[in-house]
Amino acid sequence: MSETPGTTPANNSLPLGPTPRFLTRNFGVPGIDRIEVYRQHGGYESLAKALTQFEPDALVEEVKKSGLRGRGGAGFATGMKWGFLPKDNPKPRYLCVNADESEPGTFKDRVMIMEVCPHLLVEGTIISSFATKVHHAFIYVRGELPLAERQMARAVREAYDAGLLGKNILGSGFDLDITVHRGAGAYICGEESALLESLEGKRGYPRLKPPFPAVVGLYSSPTVINNVETIATVPAVVEHGADVYAAYGTEKSKGTRLYCLSGHVERPGNYELPLGVPLRTLIEDYGGGVRGGRQVKAVVPGGSSTPFLKPSQLDTPLDYESVAAAGSMLGSAGVIVLDDQTCIVGAVLRMTEFYRDESCGKCTPCREGTFWLVQLLERLEAGHGKESDIPLLADICDNIFGRSFCPLGDAATMSIVSSIKLFYNEYLHHVTAHGCLVGPRARGVAVGAGANV
Amino acid sequence: MIGEEVQVRLREIVSRYPSARSAMLPCLHLVQEEQGYITPEGIIAVAEAIGAKPDEVESVVTFYSMYTEEPKGRCVIKVCTSIACYLRGCDDVLAHLEQRLGIRKGETSSDGRFTLEAAECLAACGMAPAMQVNGRFFENVTTESADTLVDYLVSAGDTAALTSAWQPVSDGRGMATVSRLDAANPAVEAVEAADTADTTAQQNGAHER
Repeated sequence: MSETPGTTPANNSLPLGPTPRFLTRNFGVPGIDRIEVYRQHGGYESLAKALTQFEPDALVEEVKKSGLRGRGGAGFATGMKWGFLPKDNPKPRYLCVNADESEPGTFKDRVMIMEVCPHLLVEGTIISSFATKVHHAFIYVRGELPLAERQMARAVREAYDAGLLGKNILGSGFDLDITVHRGAGAYICGEESALLESLEGKRGYPRLKPPFPAVVGLYSSPTVINNVETIATVPAVVEHGADVYAAYGTEKSKGTRLYCLSGHVERPGNYELPLGVPLRTLIEDYGGGVRGGRQVKAVVPGGSSTPFLKPSQLDTPLDYESVAAAGSMLGSAGVIVLDDQTCIVGAVLRMTEFYRDESCGKCTPCREGTFWLVQLLERLEAGHGKESDIPLLADICDNIFGRSFCPLGDAATMSIVSSIKLFYNEYLHHVTAHGCLVGPRARGVAVGAGANV
Repeated sequence: MIGEEVQVRLREIVSRYPSARSAMLPCLHLVQEEQGYITPEGIIAVAEAIGAKPDEVESVVTFYSMYTEEPKGRCVIKVCTSIACYLRGCDDVLAHLEQRLGIRKGETSSDGRFTLEAAECLAACGMAPAMQVNGRFFENVTTESADTLVDYLVSAGDTAALTSAWQPVSDGRGMATVSRLDAANPAVEAVEAADTADTTAQQNGAHER
C-alpha cells in the first residue's frame, strides 16, 4: 500500500486529505474561465484576504514559510527570490510571469491554467504584485499558444471591469496594471533574461548574470520573474495558509506539482500530486502503466533538458532533492516515458534537434556544438557511424557544458551524456550492426539481415 | 496596405507598455495578420509606431520563428515533431500529410492553400501527437483524423469557420484539455465564436485601462 505518496507520516492528519488540489480544484467546472463562475467557486477571495489581512512584507514571509519553490525548472525558493528585490532602489519594480511554456514534455501552464482557469493566474499575479510592491505586471505568453493568450487577455479585461485591476483595487489603495504580452516563437525566451530582452522589443538573447533580474531586470529596474504554476499557487498559499501548504510534499520540496505525464503510458495527462510521489506511482497508478503492457526503458523526469533515469530508479520520489540524488533533475516535472521498443539513439537525436533549432546563436559552443551533435547522432542512428563517434559526442558535450551564457547549451547535453552512460551498448550496436536493437524502426537490422543494400 | 485603422490599433498596443519599444512583438503580429506576412511597409509601420529604426525591427523579425517575410498558404498546418509527439507517431502523421498534400514539410502548395510545417514542442505532450491549423490545436491526431481535417479544409476552402472541439476532461485522477477532430463535423464549436467576438473587441481597443 502506497496510497499517499510524497506525504510524510501521519497521512490521516493531513488537513486537506492525501491529494489536495491547490491548483486544479476547479478543473472541469463549466465556464470556470469566466470571472463570474470563478468567483462563485471562491475565486478572488484569496486576493481580498491578502489585501485586507496582510502587509506586503508579511505576504513575502508567508510565501517563504510555505516552502513554495519555482515551478519553471530551477526550483528556487519563491519567497527568497522576492526578498532579493533591493529595498532602496527608487525605480519602479516589475513582475513578469513566464508563460513561455515550451520545454518538450511540459504542458501544464497552457493546458491546466491559462486555457482552462486563467483567472487563477490573474489572481496569483495580483497577490504576488502586492507582495512585491509591483504596479505593472506582464504575462509573457508563448506566441504559439493563441488560445492561452486570448483566455488570459479576456480574464485580464474581466478583472479590470470588476475593479480587480487598475486603481485602488478593492478599496485597498493598491494599484496594478497587467499587460498580456505575446511572444513570437523562440524557446530561448523562456530563459528569464532572454524573456526580458524580448519584452523590451529585442532579439531574445540571454544576458550575462550577474546582475540578476531582481536588481537589474526589465528596463534595468528590479524585476521578479516567476513561472505560471508558481504564481498560480500563491492564491492557495494565502487561502489555506503556509502551514497547510507546507504539510504536503517533503521536507525541502513542499506542496504539490502539476506532473505532466507523456510518452508511452496508457493515460498521459496532468496530475496534481504532492511532491515526492514515487515515479512508479505516477506511471503505474495514475498513468495506467506502460502502453501495451510493455516495460519502461527510460524516463525523462523533468522535461527534455534533464538526464534519463533507468528502470531500476522507478522508485525515486519526484521531489527536487531525490531526483537530483538519482542523477537527474525534477525540472519542469515533464515526465516522458520511453518503452522498451524505443530506439534510444533515435529518441536522443530527436531531442537534440530541438536544441539545435532553438539555440539562439549567441554563444559559439551552443550554436556550433548542437549542430555537430545532431550530425553525429544522425550518422549513428542511420547506421553509418563509427565507434569513435560515441566518445566524440561526449567530448562535444563536455565542450558545450558550462560554456554558454544560459543553460540551453547545458540542457542539450543532458540526454546525450546520460544515454551514453545508460545505453552504451545500444549506441555501439548502431555502429557494429549498422542499425537498431529494438523497435519497429530497427531499419538498419532489416537492411543488414535482408537485401544487403 | 497598412491603413489608418491598423495605425490606430498599433498605437493602442503601444499604449499598454511603459516603453514603446516593448510593443515590438505584438505590433509585428498585427501587421503580419493584416498582410499575411511581414512586408517592408509593415516593418516601417511598426518602426514608426514604436519609435525604432526599420533595421532594428527587421533584426527582430528574423530572430523569431513566427514571423515570415514570405507569403504562406491560407492554411498553415504545423505538426509537432518534438520528443513526446515523436514517441506517439507524429512522423507518420507528417509523412501522411506530405503525401496527401503533395508537398514536403516547409513547402506551400502551388495553389497557395496549404503550408505544411514541422513545429517544435507545442505544449500538448499529453495529447500527442498534436498539430495546429492556423493556431488552432488538434490533438491525439491519427492519419485518419488528419485526413478528415484535410477533407474539411479542402471542401470549406477557408479556415474562418474551422474550430477544434476543445474541452477540459478529467478521468477523476488526471486531467487534460483535449481538442479532437469531430469526424462528422469538424467545424462546430460555440465557445470559439465567443472567443472571436472577444478578440475583435480587443483589437478594437476595448482593453480597459
